[in-house]
Amino acid sequence: MKLAFYPGCTLESTAREYLDSTIAVAKAIGIELEEIPDWICCGSTPAHMADELLSISLPAYNLQLARRMDTEGVTVACASCYSRLRAANHAVTTDPEKRAKVGKVLGGDYEGDVPVSHLLEPVGEIIKQPGFESRLKQKLSGLKVASYYGCLLVRPPEITGFDDAEDPRSMDRVVEAVGAEPVDWRFKVECCGAALAFTRPEIVEKLSGQILEDARDSGADIVLVACPLCHSNLDLRQCDIEKFLGVDLEIPVLYFTQLLGLALGISCKELGLHKHTINPVPILRKRGITVKGC
Amino acid sequence: MRRSSRVTDHKMGSAGFLEQVEADSGEKVRICYQCGKCSAGCPVAYSMDLLPNQLMRLVQLGLKDEVLSCSTIWLCASCETCATRCPREIGIARVMDALRHMARREHYPVQVREVPLFVSTFISNLKRFGRLWEAGFVGVFNLRTGHLTKDMGKAPGMLRKGKLALLPPRIKGMDKIRKMIKRVEEVNRQ
Ligand code: SF4
Ligand code: SF4
Repeated sequence: MKLAFYPGCTLESTAREYLDSTIAVAKAIGIELEEIPDWICCGSTPAHMADELLSISLPAYNLQLARRMDTEGVTVACASCYSRLRAANHAVTTDPEKRAKVGKVLGGDYEGDVPVSHLLEPVGEIIKQPGFESRLKQKLSGLKVASYYGCLLVRPPEITGFDDAEDPRSMDRVVEAVGAEPVDWRFKVECCGAALAFTRPEIVEKLSGQILEDARDSGADIVLVACPLCHSNLDLRQCDIEKFLGVDLEIPVLYFTQLLGLALGISCKELGLHKHTINPVPILRKRGITVKGC
Repeated sequence: MRRSSRVTDHKMGSAGFLEQVEADSGEKVRICYQCGKCSAGCPVAYSMDLLPNQLMRLVQLGLKDEVLSCSTIWLCASCETCATRCPREIGIARVMDALRHMARREHYPVQVREVPLFVSTFISNLKRFGRLWEAGFVGVFNLRTGHLTKDMGKAPGMLRKGKLALLPPRIKGMDKIRKMIKRVEEVNRQ
């Protein structure tokens, strides 16, 4: 499977470990990722807050770049970029006036025909193939995992078309595939506060705090995510959350690629497990999981 | 009961406001039947001065000044929970976007001043480098908001872990990209 890869800005900086673990895992399970050359920022939340045409043109520019590549479509690891790329396709395919405007901005028509998936989708295809289990170097049995989907992966469903908007299971299937135990919990699609981290951090501390507390109360050892912004709110800001709530949480937050990588025997360094604020290694080892090279 | 008489008196409303919001957002605000589901699921509702369903009602009534000066439009996290659950299938988050644009265009006072600063700092960073340079973005944003030390405690650890680039990203063809972004303004004016 060969896919054009759109990393997005955060994977190149604060979510470095998501990029590293994505590349390592894709290679190990046979997904060939080719980075879109000279891709630009998708505009994220600020672009649609500022100007609708800008918010469609930026992702459409990237999709036009990807169209020239010989791949089966674009895949994205960041939930926010994913939602913006899907929104651009949706806008130009459903609204001829917008398509005309975007065409003028780009200096060439974009039909909205480049398929966009979230990385969880091609990964989901591979883990359900018969014999996938035999590729695992270890089973992560005994580890209890709360899969957190958040907002932009699943909403709005007419744009993302990802899984079930209220009760998604894609990440839980990754958890099952590596032999770990998915926990049922209430906050899997609640909002972490997203970009309010910059403008109203106390809202993020409250919302992300509720998510972490529910994960803990449901017996989870770790929280699993598929979005760099969710990760930064839940992990990087966890100390602020603890202060805000007046409790100790210490819940490690991993990217789903890191969990998969552990089972595939990829080293701690390559997966960037040492880059989190809350160190996941102690609980992983306590559950009998081998963590190489940390 | 001054407030309720104001809200129910249709003639007090600003002519064409509802139509303008519907045209800008592409959403039919008039079909909202006030079930309140949007507000029930909104994670930020607790801190808003108008609940999402109240905002929709005020738009229907054409109460432009109340709508465009509320805190709600700036606190909305664009999480899309409301739009996903609305039984009338109204894209409420897109209505929020349209209201923000209108409030800025018409120079309404902004209750949460950090939000438009966040947006404009992000966009100018993107126009300059093509990709977000986070260190530069956070630095300029903190300068503009006056919260100089916000999140600075996190910087050394992030630098050590290679999560914060000290230099901006470089990509080929920035001239072309800047021109493309400029054309957005031109096409918007047409
Ligand atoms: S959920 Fe929809 S119909 Fe119900 S109050 Fe909100 S906008 Fe109106
Ligand atoms: S999109 Fe905005 S208004 Fe709607 S539920 Fe989310 S925060 Fe609330």
